[in-house]
Amino acid sequence: MRSPILNIGLAAALIATAACSGKKKKDLPPLPPQQSTPAGPTGPDSGGAAGGQSDSAVGTSNLPGSQSDFVAQSGSDRVLFGYDSYELDDEARAILGKQAEWLARYGQVKITIEGHTDERGTREYNLALGDRRANAAKNFLAAQGVGAARIATISYGKERPEAEGSDEAAYAKNRRAVTVILSGAR
Amino acid sequence: MRLISVFVAALTVAATPAEAVIRVDINSGIAQPLPIAVPAFATPAAASTGAGNTTALGAQVAQVIAADLGSSGLFRPLDPAAYTTTVTMADTTAPQYAAWRTVAAQALVTGSVTANPDGGITVACYAFDVFAGQPLDQKGFTTTAANWRRAAHKCADLVYSRLTGEGGYFDSRIVYVSETGPKTKRLKMLAIMDQDGAGHRFLTNGQNLVLTPRFAPNQQTITYMSFANNRPRVWVYTIGTGQQQAVGDFPNMSFAPRFSPDGSNLVFSMAVGGNTDVYRLNIASRALTRLTTGPGIDTAPSYSPDGSRIVFESDRGGTQQIYTMAADGSGQTRISFGEGRYATPVWSPRGDLVAFTKLGGGQFRIGVMRPDGGGERLLTNSYQDEGPTWSPNGRVVLFFRTLAGRAGTVDLYSVDLSGQNERKLKTPRDGSDPAWSPLLP
Repeated sequence: MRSPILNIGLAAALIATAACSGKKKKDLPPLPPQQSTPAGPTGPDSGGAAGGQSDSAVGTSNLPGSQSDFVAQSGSDRVLFGYDSYELDDEARAILGKQAEWLARYGQVKITIEGHTDERGTREYNLALGDRRANAAKNFLAAQGVGAARIATISYGKERPEAEGSDEAAYAKNRRAVTVILSGAR
Repeated sequence: MRLISVFVAALTVAATPAEAVIRVDINSGIAQPLPIAVPAFATPAAASTGAGNTTALGAQVAQVIAADLGSSGLFRPLDPAAYTTTVTMADTTAPQYAAWRTVAAQALVTGSVTANPDGGITVACYAFDVFAGQPLDQKGFTTTAANWRRAAHKCADLVYSRLTGEGGYFDSRIVYVSETGPKTKRLKMLAIMDQDGAGHRFLTNGQNLVLTPRFAPNQQTITYMSFANNRPRVWVYTIGTGQQQAVGDFPNMSFAPRFSPDGSNLVFSMAVGGNTDVYRLNIASRALTRLTTGPGIDTAPSYSPDGSRIVFESDRGGTQQIYTMAADGSGQTRISFGEGRYATPVWSPRGDLVAFTKLGGGQFRIGVMRPDGGGERLLTNSYQDEGPTWSPNGRVVLFFRTLAGRAGTVDLYSVDLSGQNERKLKTPRDGSDPAWSPLLP
């Protein structure tokens, strides 16, 4: 996946530039996430801006139609499952619903949904369970109007965990279906 | 390479008196492993071969035999430092029983390594009952010098077989998945080695995620699952040529492959739209037959040794359980009814048992049951023991053990059918998904 992140200066500067370019407001990139716009240096000796440059951290933003925009707008690129389950709970449905909205907006985008499991199952069964999870997410998106031809699925079973631990917190993170933009993103 | 068995004419085995001969009771486990001496094999004339001098080979052959027998847990090879005699060519067929009694050896293996004019070698192998003062068995093996380890394994199999009444298993190989790297980005490659860990080599380079390699009955071909090109499919690897080939361009994930006992068919799972079923592919005709239907996960199929039946796992009843069916898919019957979940069933080459992974109580354990579901016994207990495979004689089960934790450490282990003699196999890296070959020809 290519890096879709646009590096910018101060958020205010970006907004000003965008405003000058005459773009409609709804096309504006979303504001950078909170944590990427820290309030600047806090140490007593940090001094002021030198040479007219700001020492504030350089934040990032998301281009519309990009993978990071997809994640930001959908709330998450992934949905989580219970132990040995492929049922979509309310939270998962909400995320997938937003993913579907975004995919409706960017009709050229094709996606792959990766199904994953925790390590607490046998290898073959987990491949099948990951396939169930990927297809549960796919079927939900399709029911929301995303063309099934735009959605590929792949199961990795327990082969590609996100979290390395052997505890419930790690297992919970690993039981997931992740929507990855295959093509068509900006 | 083929080993040619020849009878060694130098010794005539006397009719075996029923009362005198020692015997290892394989079912009683390893409470009293049999003390056995395997002194360095003699040579009629020290001669150089492509694998070294026959004198040196004689010592190495004896070491391999002793290690094989010791690894079974049924024998206790004596420390060669304690031997009070060396074995001359004459001693190989007429051992000095008294000298071996003084070191409390109950059985003795002698032999010789002879360089042949064609550059090959002949390894002669003799087994004796020390206390009865009687020969037990003998055989000669002629092969290339480079193949000397296999001749040693054949000799160990002869001794094991004569003393236990069971078939041997030492002249065999293991294919498995060699693993390294962080848990989140594990690098996996196919690797093959002799049963005792010798001759290790990698078959793939780790570029593609590979899983569950299984031998064809001819041991020359391996079926496995590969994620090459992000298309998880069943592949076949030809050992001689290194050729790798997908078995069919199926539109969906295919996985969990195994050969039929005659090598003509593959059984595997295919996932179609979230539903996993068992299919059979005729390798010659490419005809694909769906053997299970219904919405459950049906996977991990394994043929009975006569090819008439298939054991597999299914969660059609709500949780993973073991089922059997005829090879055409008819007569699907659940056989596991204990507490917990049952997975990865593998039919024993003897036909009498099915090995499986049992999930329950926070543990993954290896167990066995009869094909009718009776006689369930658990052999191991750990955080995650998984994926059993049988020794060629159906007496030892190999599996992989994953430890809890961030490292994801996983190793190959073997355990005797008695549940004793659990051993970790030495591999260059971590190891998983083992499959044991049939006995080599």
